[in-house]
Amino acid sequence: MKCLIRLKVNGETYEIAVEPRKTLLDVIRNEIGLTGTKKGCNMGECGACTVLLDGKAVCSCLVLGVEADRREVITIEGLGNGVHPDPLQEAFVKHGAIQCGFCTPGMIMTARKLLDENPSPSEEEVREAICGNLCRCTGYVKIVEAVLDVARSEKGGRDAGLLSHR
Amino acid sequence: MSQEVKKGVEMQDYSVIGKRLPRLDGMEIVTGKAKYTDDIVLPGTLAGKILTSEYPHARILHIDTSKAEKLSGVRGIITGKNVPMVQYGFANFVRDEYPLAFDKVRYIGDEIAAVAAIDEDIAEEALDLIEVEYEELPSVFDPEEAMKPGAPRIHEHAERNICSNHVSHVIGDVDKGFRESDYVREDRFVTQNVSHCFLETRNCLADFNANGELTFWTSTSSIYLDRFVLSHLLKIPVSKIKGNRPFVGGGFGGKGETVSCQICAALLSMKTGKPVKITLSREEQFIADRGRHRWIFELRTGAKKDGTIIAKQCRAIADAGAYNSLSFLILMHSVGYFDIVYRVPNVRYDGDMVYTNNPPCGAMRSFDCVQLRLADDSHMDMLARDLGIDTIDLYLKNVSGPGDLTASRYKLDSNGLRECIERVRDDSGWRDKRGRLPVGRGIGFAVGASIAGAKSSNDDPDASSALVKINEDGSVNLLIAAHDAGQGSRTVFSQTVAEELGIAIDDVKVNFVIDTDIIPQDQGSYASRTTIGLGNAVLAACRDAKRQIFEVVADQLHASAEDLEAKDGVIYLKGSPDGRVSFKDEGGALSLCLTSKKVVFPIIGRGHFEPETEPFDWKTGEGNISIAYGFTAKVAEVEVDTETGRVKVLNVTSASDVGKALNPLFLEGQDEGAIAMGIGQALFEKLELDKGQILNPSFSEYKIPTALDMPRTIRSTWVETLDPHSPFGAKGIGEAVIVPMPAAIANAVYDAVGVRINEFPITPDKILEEVEKKGKLGE
Repeated sequence: MKCLIRLKVNGETYEIAVEPRKTLLDVIRNEIGLTGTKKGCNMGECGACTVLLDGKAVCSCLVLGVEADRREVITIEGLGNGVHPDPLQEAFVKHGAIQCGFCTPGMIMTARKLLDENPSPSEEEVREAICGNLCRCTGYVKIVEAVLDVARSEKGGRDAGLLSHR
Repeated sequence: MSQEVKKGVEMQDYSVIGKRLPRLDGMEIVTGKAKYTDDIVLPGTLAGKILTSEYPHARILHIDTSKAEKLSGVRGIITGKNVPMVQYGFANFVRDEYPLAFDKVRYIGDEIAAVAAIDEDIAEEALDLIEVEYEELPSVFDPEEAMKPGAPRIHEHAERNICSNHVSHVIGDVDKGFRESDYVREDRFVTQNVSHCFLETRNCLADFNANGELTFWTSTSSIYLDRFVLSHLLKIPVSKIKGNRPFVGGGFGGKGETVSCQICAALLSMKTGKPVKITLSREEQFIADRGRHRWIFELRTGAKKDGTIIAKQCRAIADAGAYNSLSFLILMHSVGYFDIVYRVPNVRYDGDMVYTNNPPCGAMRSFDCVQLRLADDSHMDMLARDLGIDTIDLYLKNVSGPGDLTASRYKLDSNGLRECIERVRDDSGWRDKRGRLPVGRGIGFAVGASIAGAKSSNDDPDASSALVKINEDGSVNLLIAAHDAGQGSRTVFSQTVAEELGIAIDDVKVNFVIDTDIIPQDQGSYASRTTIGLGNAVLAACRDAKRQIFEVVADQLHASAEDLEAKDGVIYLKGSPDGRVSFKDEGGALSLCLTSKKVVFPIIGRGHFEPETEPFDWKTGEGNISIAYGFTAKVAEVEVDTETGRVKVLNVTSASDVGKALNPLFLEGQDEGAIAMGIGQALFEKLELDKGQILNPSFSEYKIPTALDMPRTIRSTWVETLDPHSPFGAKGIGEAVIVPMPAAIANAVYDAVGVRINEFPITPDKILEEVEKKGKLGE
């Protein structure tokens, strides 16, 4: 039997009847139709499905849809878009921190959570924060650079022109 | 920069080529807009699931699907009995697979039946209801055992379970070479099975319509090969099959072969008349993945006291698993990769790819050159130590060079390996560190090479095509089948168009999706072939379009079209400051074209490239297999915790002969990603198999490197040798860059703690065991 849940995703409220065993990931992708959140393992091992649930970074494949009832979810689509991108989204492009892109949405969500909590992380803190997000393409070098770059520029104000160049 | 400048390509000042430009499809990816196959939804799509064998080797006596068919929500079931009895496989002489097994299964994971249902849960439940009656057969899991007389025969056609044939390659007189050597060393190494671990598992959405036309979407490195295989198996002409390749979540060689989930999705759609999607789960992907082979290498090298190598010998046996896949082709490359980095007068290579009842292996980044060089570069490091020669000096004494024809007949028209070696020696501080680091710290060196572009053989044209469409407003559409899975080829070819037409890259629009009905054909992303193959086609298309415009402009300037050039938005007469027109401004070249009777808009440039066919000997592996060859050298510095055996890679210094750096941002990305993958392979990645059963089919059990496993300092640099066959002199490097990484680490571990692990990966338990043994010997 399906359960009716009401959740806010990227600022919009959805009322959806979901089967109790469906994950939040499946609800986001299949019911709401936001496919930016990726399914890499469905076991909480790769981090590709990371979203912010009430401000906390979680693997949406480890959360049941019914658990998200009356809660707020931010996905990669809610973080920013082509017109108003999040600084992390821009930095990932600029630094070449993307290759195949499958880990990217989850990686950016994790990085966003880190910077929200710790606006000036050290390199080690960045690495620690993203170590649950697997990437097979980049070797993480440019991902770490991108996150540190945003940290520097956000700390100094977005227009302070502190973006580092290699 | 190398001094080697060959005909046709010269060092030039470029406006767009060589710049650190970001990816043109980047914003699509970072905003979550980029659509991958599993993101694509058609109304009424059924979910497909595949039933696989629980036995490593068994005859299928009977399959009963009646219970499964009665399950509510099931829409269609196929088994080996009701699918086309046509064999497939990468090359026509190694075809040994059917879409679904019908007579027997050969490994745990061999596909037997497939179900389409209204959702994935029902499809899965239906699999449980399919009853398969097996007769277990004796099985074999070790390639050396499988070659012995009396071993279970896995394929009727394969005597002693040898895939295709034994390969034997001899140059010079190897026995005499060993006799004339001052010193001979022998070693045996065993490598492990490694999985691709691309984040997006393999998948396919197939839709067969009422007109008998098949449309499919799939994550692939070769959409045209998929279309060809589906056409061959399903007996549908290619004109009625439309393949779509959306964004792809990684490949590393593991998406270049058409596999069962793609074929089953198509067959189930044909059976049900509905769209069917199959997306492998992570566990299914580990089982279906065709990753790196387990190789056994017995190496022998003879040298003079001064380090001159006189003879090299290799006996190689690899476990192909249950089907040939690309194993035989990989063996061919292994022959050439044995001698590509040296000048050696006497070489012998004997190799066998052997069927076992393990999961099949296939192509993975470097086509297994990485295992060969892991063994040989470890062996050479020990040889150097035995001779009392610095390892890098030993390589510099014997290194291959530009213009060389190798023992395996590879033509190394450009080869910057010597410069790569010298670069990493100097950049890493090798001279100060080697042998001088404290106990527990070590530094290691290794080299690598890879093909950079496949050659055509007679039955397999390796062609590329491109279309450049110039619109009235000066914008340009580039239509190409760039199988970009993160390498950045879409962007690099847009740079190519901008450079060649002398326009801004913002004026170039490249397709992100490959639709086989519209986009001109390219064979795909494998063999590091895209840079040269598709690159030459793009260049030709630009030149074709440019010629048409130049003919119009030439009339205006009262000049000959041959004397015109395009750069930075202007078309000008060479050597004449006055003879110039803007490319797209009012009154410029495109305005002239609008009023000219010589051209019509859009101006279409067509480009095609097909490398020359060269003879290749399948018995010896001899022949020039590639258009060009990429080279690389790496130095790794490690710290070994002698209490725990844990290895930490502290820094990596890398130099690669890329021909010409088209976009350094992407090159660094390739190198850094390869360093990560190489660390995993050296230190912990291993598919654990027990009687053909994969014991670790998940990311929590099969570890791949995280951000914490990476060295904190990586120095990637490029040597530019300007290859004569390639656009701007560039060579594909995505595969070569991984090759030296595991061996550099292995050699650094030896340097740190004085122990050599001959069975990879180099895990802490093995290090501790060897350190303890060494301590007991009082060394």
